[in-house]
Amino acid sequence: MNSFLDKYENTSWANISSRIELSTREDVESALNSEGRCGLQGFAALLSPIAGIEYLEEMAQLAHKLTMQRFGKVIRLFAPMYLSNECTNVCDYCGFSLGNKIPRKTLSIAEILKETAALRSQGFEHVLLVTGESANKVSTDYLFKAITVLNEYFSNVSMEVQPLDQSDYQHLIKAGLHAVLVYQETYDRKSYAKHHIKGKKTNFNWRLETADRLGRAGINKIGLGCLYGLTEDWRTDSFFAALHLDYLEKKYWQTSFSMSFPRIRPYEGEMSPLVDLQNRDLVQLLCAFRIFNHELELSLSTRESPALREQLLPLGITTMSAGSKTNPGGYSVSDDSLEQFSISDERSPDEVAQMLSLKGYEPVWKDWDSSYHFKSKTEPSKSTFSGERNSSDIKMVS
Amino acid sequence: MIEKVDELKISGEAFHSRLFVGTGKFQSGEILSKAVLASKSQMVTVAMKRANPTAEKDSILDFLDTANVRILPNTSGVRDAKEAIFVARMAREALGTNWLKLEIHPDPKYLMPDPVATLEATRELSKDGFVVLPYCHADPVLCKLLEEAGAAAVMPLGSPIGSNQGLESREFLRIIIEQANVPVVVDAGIGAPSQASEAMEMGASAVLVNTAIAVSPDPVIMGKAFAGAVKAGRAAHLAGLGDVRKSAYATSPLTGFLSS
Repeated sequence: MNSFLDKYENTSWANISSRIELSTREDVESALNSEGRCGLQGFAALLSPIAGIEYLEEMAQLAHKLTMQRFGKVIRLFAPMYLSNECTNVCDYCGFSLGNKIPRKTLSIAEILKETAALRSQGFEHVLLVTGESANKVSTDYLFKAITVLNEYFSNVSMEVQPLDQSDYQHLIKAGLHAVLVYQETYDRKSYAKHHIKGKKTNFNWRLETADRLGRAGINKIGLGCLYGLTEDWRTDSFFAALHLDYLEKKYWQTSFSMSFPRIRPYEGEMSPLVDLQNRDLVQLLCAFRIFNHELELSLSTRESPALREQLLPLGITTMSAGSKTNPGGYSVSDDSLEQFSISDERSPDEVAQMLSLKGYEPVWKDWDSSYHFKSKTEPSKSTFSGERNSSDIKMVS
Repeated sequence: MIEKVDELKISGEAFHSRLFVGTGKFQSGEILSKAVLASKSQMVTVAMKRANPTAEKDSILDFLDTANVRILPNTSGVRDAKEAIFVARMAREALGTNWLKLEIHPDPKYLMPDPVATLEATRELSKDGFVVLPYCHADPVLCKLLEEAGAAAVMPLGSPIGSNQGLESREFLRIIIEQANVPVVVDAGIGAPSQASEAMEMGASAVLVNTAIAVSPDPVIMGKAFAGAVKAGRAAHLAGLGDVRKSAYATSPLTGFLSS
C-alpha cells in the first residue's frame, strides 16, 4: 500500500539540508510575500539561518496576523491523562524507558474515573490519553474500554500511545477516539536508530507509516512533530515533518492536523539533551510552520516555562495543555514519582486561563462534542447537551 | 420601490437588522456581547461544538440568553449529512430552536461546503420541521435546488471563510440573487464594511460577518461600522443605483460619420 515511506525514501536529507542552508534573502522574501501559500520551497527558506537572523520579526508579524485571521483570539486548553508508564522499549531520552528503575503502573478503569473527576472539576473538556508502549499492559481492548468510559465525561478524547494497526484505529474511532498524536521523534534514520535502542519502536518505517494507517482509518485529526534534541540538524528534521504534513493533507483531505514542538526535558534517565534548540530557533520554527500552513493547529505543552509560553502565544499557538501531570494517576492517585518528564509550567489550569484572559485570549475548554462521533444513534444521548455530565456525578465502576 | 417598513422575512419571521453575526474567535464573552449589541444584529450564530449548555458558565450562551436576538445554531465540524442531521436534532433539543444554519465541510482546511451532503441534509431536515439556512458555494443551480429542498434562505459564500477577501464570487452571487425566491444571505469572506455594503447594494437580503468583527482591534466599533454599512448598502439597493457605464467615450469615432 502506498505510504509516505515512498516519498521519504525519494527525498535526500543532504539535498534538503543544503537547500535550507543556501537559502538567500530573495528566497525568504519571496516566501514572505508570495501571493498564495509559500509552499515547501518557501518553507525551506523560512527555516534557513538567514531567515532566523534577518527576518524573524517580519515572520513573527505575519504568523501573528495569519493566526488571528484563522483562529481569532482564542486558545484551546487540554490536559494529558497518563494511563500507563509501562514500556517495552529502550530509548535513551525517555523516563519510561524499559531499563529505568521506576515503579510501573497502569490505571484501572476505577482509577481512570478518579482522574476524570479531578480533571473535570478543573474544567477540562478535552483530554489526551498518554501511555508508554506496552501492547500487553495497554492493549487495544484496554484503550477501547478507557475511551468508551471517558467519552461519557469529556467532549473530546485523543490519544498518544504506541502505533497501532489500521483495524485497531477503526475500532477505537468507533468508541469515540477523535485524534491521535504520533510523533516521529526524528526523521533522520541514523539519529533515530541511535536513540531507539530496543523494542518495537526501533522500527522506523512502522512508525513513519502510522499516519497513513490513521488516515485510512478515517481519524478526525493527526498530530505530528519532532522531538527536538535528538538530531543535530533541527532545520532539516522540521522540513521532513512539513513534507509529511503536506503529503498527508493532500491524501487524507478530510483529516485535520496538528504540529507540536517538544524539546527534551530532564527525566528519570541517563542522559541530557544532545542538542539545544534555542528559544530563537523555536520562534523561527513556529512562525515558519504558521506561514507554511495557515490552518495547522500548533500546540504547546507545559514542557516550556510560563514566561516563554506567554511570549510564544501570539506567534501562532492555538492549543495548550495546563496543569499537566505526566505520571499515571498524577491528578488524583499518586505522587510525582513515576513521571515521564518534569514539566516547567506548574501553574494550575485556572491560573493559565486567567493569564490567557489577561493577554486578550478567550480560554476555550470545549471545541467539540462527544456526541458528534455517534452518528449511528438516532437520538442524542450521552452528550454535553443531555445535562448528565457533571464531575460530581461520576460513578465509580471497576 | 421603497416599502414603508423594510424588513427581512425568513420563514414568516421579521427582522429589522440585515446583519447576522458569528460568535467565534472573540477575545471574551464580554466583548462578544458588546460587539453584538453595537451591531444591532438580531440573528447570531453559535457553533454547537463550542456551546456548553449544561456547564455552569458558557460565555456565549449566557449572553445570548439575555439579549434580544435569535440564536442560530450551526453544525460546524460535521463532515457529512448524517452527522449534520444528528447535530441539528441535538441543537433543537438543547437550545429549544428549530432554526439551523446548516454547514457541512468535509474539508477541515478551507472549510468548503459539501454541495451534495448539504442538499441531502436540507431535504431531510426541512421535512423534519427545521428552518434550514444552508451555507453553500456561490452556485446558482445549487441554490435553486436548495430552495426546492425546503431551505428557508440560502447562504452562499463571498470568498473562502475567514479570508476577508470580499465578494470574489460576485458574478455568481448576482445570478443567485436574481433567481432566488428565498432570502439570500451572503456568508463568509466579508472582511470590511465596504464589502458588506457591496453585497447589500447588489440586492443580497442580508450578510453574515464574524472574523472581521471578532478579530478587529476594536470589535465593538467594528460591529457598529458593519451595522451602518449594511444599512447604507440596503438603502442604496432600494433607491436604485445608477448604471455604471461599461466604457467611456466622448467622441464617436465609429459612428460620427452618420451625423457629419
